[in-house]
Amino acid sequence: MEITHAKPFEIRVDDWVLADLDARLASTRLPPEQGPPGWDAGSSPAYLQGLLDHWLYHYDWRAEEAALNRFKQFRATVRGAEIHFIHERARNHAGGKPPLPLILTHGFPDSFTRFLKIIPMLTDPAAYGGQANDAFDVVVPSLPWCAFSHEHRHASGLFGVNDIWHALMTEVLGYERFGAHGGDWGSTITEHIARSHANSVVGIHLTDVPFWHSLKTPDDLRSVEREYVDSVQQFQMKEGAYAMVQGQKPQTLSDALNDSPIGLAAWLTEKFQRWSDCDGDLDAVFTKNEMLTNAMVYWVTGSIGGAFLPYYDVLRAGPPRWIAEAVKQKIGSDQVPAGFAMFPKDLSHPPREWAERFFNVQRWTEFEKGGHFAAMEQPEALAADIREFFRPLRSAQ
Amino acid sequence: MATLATTQPFRIGVSGEVLDDLQVRLRRTRRSRVLRNGGWNGGSAPDYLDELIAYWRDEYDWREHEHVLNQLAQFVAQIDGARVHYVHEPGLGVRSVPVLLLHGWPDSFLRYRYAIPLLQGAHDDYVDDLTCDVVVPSLPGFGFTGQIGAPTDIPSIQSTARLLHRLMTEVLGYEQFLVAGGDGGSAIAQSMAIQFPEAVIGIHLTDIGWHDHGDRLTDIEQKYVAAVQRKFMEDGAYAAVHMSQPRALAAALNDSPAGLASWIVDRFHSWSDSPRRFEQSFSKDEMLTNITLYWVTQTIQSSIYGYLAEARQPSLGKDDYVHCPVGLALFPRDMAVPPRRLAERNLNVLRWTEMRMGGHFGAWEQPQEFAADLKSFVIAVTDPFSQRAIDGNHARKAV
Repeated sequence: MEITHAKPFEIRVDDWVLADLDARLASTRLPPEQGPPGWDAGSSPAYLQGLLDHWLYHYDWRAEEAALNRFKQFRATVRGAEIHFIHERARNHAGGKPPLPLILTHGFPDSFTRFLKIIPMLTDPAAYGGQANDAFDVVVPSLPWCAFSHEHRHASGLFGVNDIWHALMTEVLGYERFGAHGGDWGSTITEHIARSHANSVVGIHLTDVPFWHSLKTPDDLRSVEREYVDSVQQFQMKEGAYAMVQGQKPQTLSDALNDSPIGLAAWLTEKFQRWSDCDGDLDAVFTKNEMLTNAMVYWVTGSIGGAFLPYYDVLRAGPPRWIAEAVKQKIGSDQVPAGFAMFPKDLSHPPREWAERFFNVQRWTEFEKGGHFAAMEQPEALAADIREFFRPLRSAQ
Repeated sequence: MATLATTQPFRIGVSGEVLDDLQVRLRRTRRSRVLRNGGWNGGSAPDYLDELIAYWRDEYDWREHEHVLNQLAQFVAQIDGARVHYVHEPGLGVRSVPVLLLHGWPDSFLRYRYAIPLLQGAHDDYVDDLTCDVVVPSLPGFGFTGQIGAPTDIPSIQSTARLLHRLMTEVLGYEQFLVAGGDGGSAIAQSMAIQFPEAVIGIHLTDIGWHDHGDRLTDIEQKYVAAVQRKFMEDGAYAAVHMSQPRALAAALNDSPAGLASWIVDRFHSWSDSPRRFEQSFSKDEMLTNITLYWVTQTIQSSIYGYLAEARQPSLGKDDYVHCPVGLALFPRDMAVPPRRLAERNLNVLRWTEMRMGGHFGAWEQPQEFAADLKSFVIAVTDPFSQRAIDGNHARKAV
């Protein structure tokens, strides 16, 4: 009876898509090398040239595709959306209670590939120096408008993803209770799951405090909180252009990025460079293969515009939406145990006091290395934190 | 003193190879629809852009437009190694006043193509007494002036003002002249007036540009500034990207003609007189000639670098003041008509005209009205007894 609606799925990109891509790459018109040096004004010309060369002469999509397909993937129609997800079951789990199901939600500019490194560390901790009974059944969906997922209606947008995820975990996969983890948009969606489906959620683990809380500042801010709120505003002023354009003009930007592979890769890698703990050198933290496979997931599915929809949804949400969200906030739960893993080079650095305003904070870990993409940058550290956070919550399963 | 400024006639002649490559790219354009409802909600309307790209691919003929543009007398000057492409058309009347016309982004020297003959004084059966010698450059980083030179040499408003002053004086031999401009052209015109008060005898602007006003504004002025900021939050993302990470965007726009078209169309649409009747303001041929200019010269990246330079070092401060006479022709559908008091903080306003129709590209959309207002201003500046000096709106009613 399990996965009645889910069908096994393998990525299999048509040859003509790859031939067309090759033709585009071979005739790429890189912008002239002008302006400030390095990454100062956006993408580094030298990095882009190197990335293009790698893409043209070394990158092997079929090999990457085979590697992605080593993860068990499915597609299921959930609440009218076609959802692509990885579903990997616990291995070598040491008896007793069944393994804890865990749903991991990605954000921007990454994709489901964000979690590839930590999946085995969570399904088979014993193989990675952990405890066998810390194993999880792991579910990693693609957001409904990204990669191999598909949603025509874009019905409730960002604010409805939590309902889809809940239905995926309970109705499609048959789990009664589960844990959830996420960062970036994944953290907002994960918070929504806990709020609106508290009875199904044993705990949530986040790598940031969802940014939208800082849109409304309480009067009684402590000075560390004030610093944080100010820094979020600073970030929006100095670094927020990508979010503005993705929210205001998702179609216009998609018109360009969906027609130029190097343009797409430039837009995405620039965020990885700015938001990771790479000390300016993107190659030091992410291989070019990693960067290109993340871009390819959007290229071959033509879905980069979908990755902008959460920004559009937040920007265009009118009073009715915010009232509905406020009501959900009021009647929803803020009691689900929450764990936070904070990485030093992430976009924002909220103090624990700030998180405690909105969450039942049970664990708060500050790491010494890592940035916005902890699951890719510091997979061992993040996986260990997730396992430890959920260990005491497993009895509530 | 050795002259380091020379000039040569120029004709546009894009290589067939570039046009063939463009055709290949247009044929393989990958379109996507991001929003269910489409329209202009999330940027360029997908239906419009589909049509525009099909038209570009199947019907638009660059050679025909190139031929028409080459009817204009064009030159390329070399000034200390810097290149400037410009149109130079003489006035036809008994007395001619030199006027430098400055475009902005994302338009080009095409902004003034319809105004040029009107300013020259040519009419079907007569020639005006007072006419204009018209100089229309492609700004540094734009069009046939070309990409910026050295990797770190981003043109600022001030450096562009200095270069164009040398064009007018050293290359063309004008001692005194007027400058007209809109968008970035407005800021450059102001900077020229401030840096070269002996040469610039008047400036005519379609917007007041941007000054850091500090916190000294009155309520009415603050309301205007707040309205501009609101507009920025709704529609200003393009500028935010240009100011911070232009190179992350330029990689796509320099590689995808459809992407370039969409980025530019989005602005023309937002800033046109009537977005609902967009094609009445700008035909597909007009849009595509402007877009193709950016494409064939690969200047989209260098054209947006100006925003980065401005963000890092604003060119006009709150205490900068233009002493020469200033004429303002304010089009109703440009971003917002400022309170006159605000304009007068930085500009010696001689003439203030609120135009009846037109948007950000007023000189392009309403060339007759624009040229008439500019000529009235030229008369006001050169003939201080003219009735038309004081108030453009009043004068028009009186006529």
